[in-house]
Amino acid sequence: MESEETLPIVVEFTGGLEMLFSDERKHRLSVPARDSKGDAVTVGWLVDYLCEEIMKDNRKEMFVLDGHVRPGILVLINDADWELEGEASYALQPNDNILFVSTLHGG
Amino acid sequence: MDQATKSAETLRRQIAATEEELSRLREQLAVIENEEVQNLKGLSLEEGPVTRKWPLELEEYKRYGRQMIVPNIGIQGQLRLKAASVLIVGAGGLGCPAAAYIAGAGVGTIGIVDGDVVETSNLHRQILHSTAKVGMKKVDSAISFLTSLNPNLRYIAHTEHLTPQNAREIVEKYDLVLDCTDHPTSRYLISDICVLLHKPLISASALRTDGQLIILNSPPLPAGDASGGPCYRCVFPKPPPAESVVSCGDGGILGPVVGTMGVLQALEAVKLITAGKLRAAEGEKAAEASMLLFSANSNPPFRSVRLRARRPKCFACSAEGGLTLESLSSGSLDYVLFCGVTAPVKILRPEERIEASEYEKIMEERKGKEHLLVDVREKVQFDICSIKGSINVPFSTVQGSRALAPQGEKPPWIPESLAPDAPIYFVCRLGNDSQVVARKLKESGLDKEGRYIGDIKDGLKAWKEQVDSSWPEY
Ligand SMILES: [Zn+2]
Repeated sequence: MESEETLPIVVEFTGGLEMLFSDERKHRLSVPARDSKGDAVTVGWLVDYLCEEIMKDNRKEMFVLDGHVRPGILVLINDADWELEGEASYALQPNDNILFVSTLHGG
Repeated sequence: MDQATKSAETLRRQIAATEEELSRLREQLAVIENEEVQNLKGLSLEEGPVTRKWPLELEEYKRYGRQMIVPNIGIQGQLRLKAASVLIVGAGGLGCPAAAYIAGAGVGTIGIVDGDVVETSNLHRQILHSTAKVGMKKVDSAISFLTSLNPNLRYIAHTEHLTPQNAREIVEKYDLVLDCTDHPTSRYLISDICVLLHKPLISASALRTDGQLIILNSPPLPAGDASGGPCYRCVFPKPPPAESVVSCGDGGILGPVVGTMGVLQALEAVKLITAGKLRAAEGEKAAEASMLLFSANSNPPFRSVRLRARRPKCFACSAEGGLTLESLSSGSLDYVLFCGVTAPVKILRPEERIEASEYEKIMEERKGKEHLLVDVREKVQFDICSIKGSINVPFSTVQGSRALAPQGEKPPWIPESLAPDAPIYFVCRLGNDSQVVARKLKESGLDKEGRYIGDIKDGLKAWKEQVDSSWPEY
């Protein structure tokens, strides 16, 4: 049975990634709490969700390459590198802040 | 060639030759100014007392007094600054403000690496250079400014780019490195050499209204020691695809934004030096690594995020990594290949492209009615200057599909009055994006009624060269 339950989260983009998301840096989202299999949604699931539901731009490869967040993008869960939090398998919690940072190179 | 074109050509050649001469003279002047300062320093040393009562010169107490009385700095901090040597790689938007504050603070030896010359487009942000120094080597320009700011220091000019071949020789003489460069290739190279030579690294970058700052390899423990600070490869093991790397020339940059980041690098350098952290203390462990994000338009504008520690399998700083001084300096690590290069855009066939001069003829013959010129630069650039009669359909709106109509339908920006067989030409700054858009439009079936769709080769750059020399290049 499909659950109606949702999770309020904040997703932010910086370093130019906002251009792929309607030029909005901060997105307050209400995402399904469970995926199609009924499991709790993860950050990995969120990346796909953002690609399919939120990104209007055609250049998906600027965000996801070969099924992973593309090199040069840091994913931060509540201001901590997602590698400290279990990466893509981290289960989203209510009011989490997920920040995607594209590295800059200019000087 | 008519007479007018000929004399214009002669004048252009004369101007070029005079400019070359000017830049040569400026370089000579910088060298002499440098020598004068070195001589002055020599004199004051000889005249001074043989044994001094105080560890600094009297002038230095005055000069650095206001920072010495700040708690945490003190006389010990000042002496540490004087004994320290800092290498600044890149004398641009980050390196200029960083160098100014580092010289102001009294860091005893300052090296600057850069192979570029000063250009007019640098001046809004690269505050050590000035209008009169356009054409001069950036390093010489910077050192001449710094010398007049603080003549008590030793400045070392490295008027070439850092390469795998020269990196060891240049970097090994210094205690601390600031990465003030503007490309992933140099960022990986600088991080690697800092790991190999055990130097802490303060790395910053900026674009548009955003900046980033990270302190790497601090404490600078040998590769394989998990207590050392992470390196650039720990944070970014794989380089970004070359197409995603945007330069300041393409994306734009605000002077105070990159200036803020350069000033923060100087601050971190002063903190590291005065705290005695250039080398790892006995048993020292890395504090939690962090990255400072700055966004001029966000509230709050600063945000600090926690980064991971050294990566257990890092290519550079782990015991299992393959990085060695030999592999680096022999050139077997190809940083350009590693980071990739953007191939020149070759989407359209030659018959789908026209020269700028050809378009000028079309414009005159058709009097701007039976064709359409579409400028695909972003609106902010189109507003600066545009070809008469052209319309603006920004590249980003095409990428977002907003400007493309469903298959077979006409996009809304094509005027109703335009005949179905009237040609459509696309133009952009350099002739890359225009190809992408022309191809997309053709794929959407817009040329099925036999209309010509193509682009202007080399874009507005060619327009300036071939048609309108008064075109304002920005
Ligand atoms: Zn590393």
